[in-house]
Amino acid sequence: MSVFDRAYDDPVRVLDEDGEVVGDVPDLDDGELVDIYRHMRLARHFDGRAVSLQRQGRMGTYPPLSGQEGAQIGSATALAEDDWMVPSYREHGAALVRGVPLKQTLLYWMGHEAGNKAPADVNVFPVAVPIASQVPHATGASWAAKLRGTDEAFLCYFGDGATSEGDFHEGVNFAGVFDTPTVFFCNNNQWAISVPRERQTRSATLAQKAEAYGIDGVQVDGMDPLAVYSVTAAALEKARDPETDRPRPTLIEAIQYRFGAHTTADDPTVYRDDDEVERWKAKDPIPRLEAYLRAEGVLDDERVAEIEAAVEARVADAIDEAEAVARPDPSELFEHAYAELPPELERQRAEFAAFREAHGDEAFLEE
Amino acid sequence: MSDTQNLTVVQAVRDGLYSEMREDDDVLVLGQDVGKNGGVFRATEGLFDEFGGDRVVDTPLAESGIVGAAVGMAAMGLRPVPEIQFSGFMYPGFDQIVSHMARFRARSRGRFTLPMTLRAPYGGGIRAPEHHSESKEAFYAHEAGLKTVIPSTPYDAKGLLAASIRDPDPVIFLEPKLIYRAFRDEVPEEPYTVPLGEAATRREGDDVAVFTYGAMTRPTLEAAESLAEEGIECEVVDLRTVSPLDREAIVDAFERTGRAVVVHEAPKTGGLAGELTAIIQEEALLYQEAPVKRVTGFDVPYPLYALEDYYLPTAARIEEGILEAVEF
Repeated sequence: MSVFDRAYDDPVRVLDEDGEVVGDVPDLDDGELVDIYRHMRLARHFDGRAVSLQRQGRMGTYPPLSGQEGAQIGSATALAEDDWMVPSYREHGAALVRGVPLKQTLLYWMGHEAGNKAPADVNVFPVAVPIASQVPHATGASWAAKLRGTDEAFLCYFGDGATSEGDFHEGVNFAGVFDTPTVFFCNNNQWAISVPRERQTRSATLAQKAEAYGIDGVQVDGMDPLAVYSVTAAALEKARDPETDRPRPTLIEAIQYRFGAHTTADDPTVYRDDDEVERWKAKDPIPRLEAYLRAEGVLDDERVAEIEAAVEARVADAIDEAEAVARPDPSELFEHAYAELPPELERQRAEFAAFREAHGDEAFLEE
Repeated sequence: MSDTQNLTVVQAVRDGLYSEMREDDDVLVLGQDVGKNGGVFRATEGLFDEFGGDRVVDTPLAESGIVGAAVGMAAMGLRPVPEIQFSGFMYPGFDQIVSHMARFRARSRGRFTLPMTLRAPYGGGIRAPEHHSESKEAFYAHEAGLKTVIPSTPYDAKGLLAASIRDPDPVIFLEPKLIYRAFRDEVPEEPYTVPLGEAATRREGDDVAVFTYGAMTRPTLEAAESLAEEGIECEVVDLRTVSPLDREAIVDAFERTGRAVVVHEAPKTGGLAGELTAIIQEEALLYQEAPVKRVTGFDVPYPLYALEDYYLPTAARIEEGILEAVEF
């Protein structure tokens, strides 16, 4: 029986909140399991440091991900080398699994355009800030793979709020119609800034929206990284396989919680209770997987301490590297607007350079 | 004389919403995070508690839904004030804005009118992520059937917002978020209006007319004061409404000086400065002593914040532009 043959409100689970096995453990070796754990720790530590950089004025507005590591790391780990990831703006954890350097993510939120350019061999789309706008892109990109006969699958991330947008409907509907190799991964973290999931839709689940598009829909415990891995891997496999008798696209609703604010500009205490936050913190994906791996004898105190030290060093190094990058050269304003600058823009660039030459940078930086 | 309060621009917006909602039960606010959260910039703070969830409505995350639903409400005689959280997110609602909000009156030959005011924080300079800093007022000024209003002071923010809400036609009300909390102003507690379509002279001078609006008004005045020390007197005109433009005020200021500079943070090509230049050329060609100088953002995608100071006009750039017009 397929993992997709289940009620929409019956989430796939592998580990319970204490790390006890309650479902089918995916076929991963010890190294792969430890990698999931390590990446979650890395994402969590990175997140805490990033929030603190913003608080210290060393970085701009930043969208935290703590609480969502299980969904991000579990799903991104399921991607094959040639698969693609189409993120929103909170998937720094998934991005690091894919191979986006932490330094790049820091630079992006430090306001450097260069931060949004992932290495050429990392199959990831740029950050998409407008809600749900990346959903049709994922459909189109995966459609292109289908038309070209390659076997890449595409994993598209978005939040619960995004399911209210027209772009979500149009993108998922196209995927159904054209049977594209797309996995739509909804990070249902319960809150779109201050608006609770219940106010986005009267639907009992987000997974059931798949029904209307004629594709598979499934819920997963998004704070259970192994369950997320399993269901994403199955969906990607189905997306890649043109012989399948099921629709290739899948809508996954990963139930989870953002422990922190929507962004550092937001104060969640205005709209949600501490009790609620505490209830969800009990489901934290990191101790859950750690408990399982300790019980399995894969992790022990020494190994955990090693990972912790390595994670801290890696984040510290990334921060040092990002902060060592000089402010971009102001003339970069004009780069990449077009393949070739049109004459008027060439003129504007020349005027800009002449003014800067005559008056210096302070003429731009005054308050 | 009524009592006044010392308010910032965003507090004056909030006060304008509050007083119009008190005056008229048909006025309601809808948008993302406007209710319990009080708006991401606190522009609707306290309104949910005061007026309840039927008049201060947290909607699903859907801009087309917000604008389109407001169109339907307005057609039925309510006075909805939809908020789009940042003007950079208006585009999912753009179809509703240009295809319907702007055209319902004309399409129905006056049977249906849309007394609605679409508010959005706009403009750059606050170190925000991508899509949170653009100035696209020209899109809306280009659209027949809409009025487009941009306040630059707390007093005007409240008065122009009240005038917009009371206006029989749809208004795009763009709030320069760079100056949301930059300074305070005495704002009457009582409701009042500042008429739409009327520019304000912020400084008098005979040598050159400088036209601007929104957040650029302050650096423009700063440039004017600096040039006054060199004996150059600028007339600074704050347009306040960019559609319809106050043609009379523009022509009058230009005729008295024969020289003009237009300052906006929006990109140059297709921007409002081109429209002002055309008005001057149509109405006052024989007064013209120098080419109209445009000091604007560049024709490039608005940069991430590490370079945004280089994109936005500063007092120094404005000063240089004014000098060019004066010394021609």
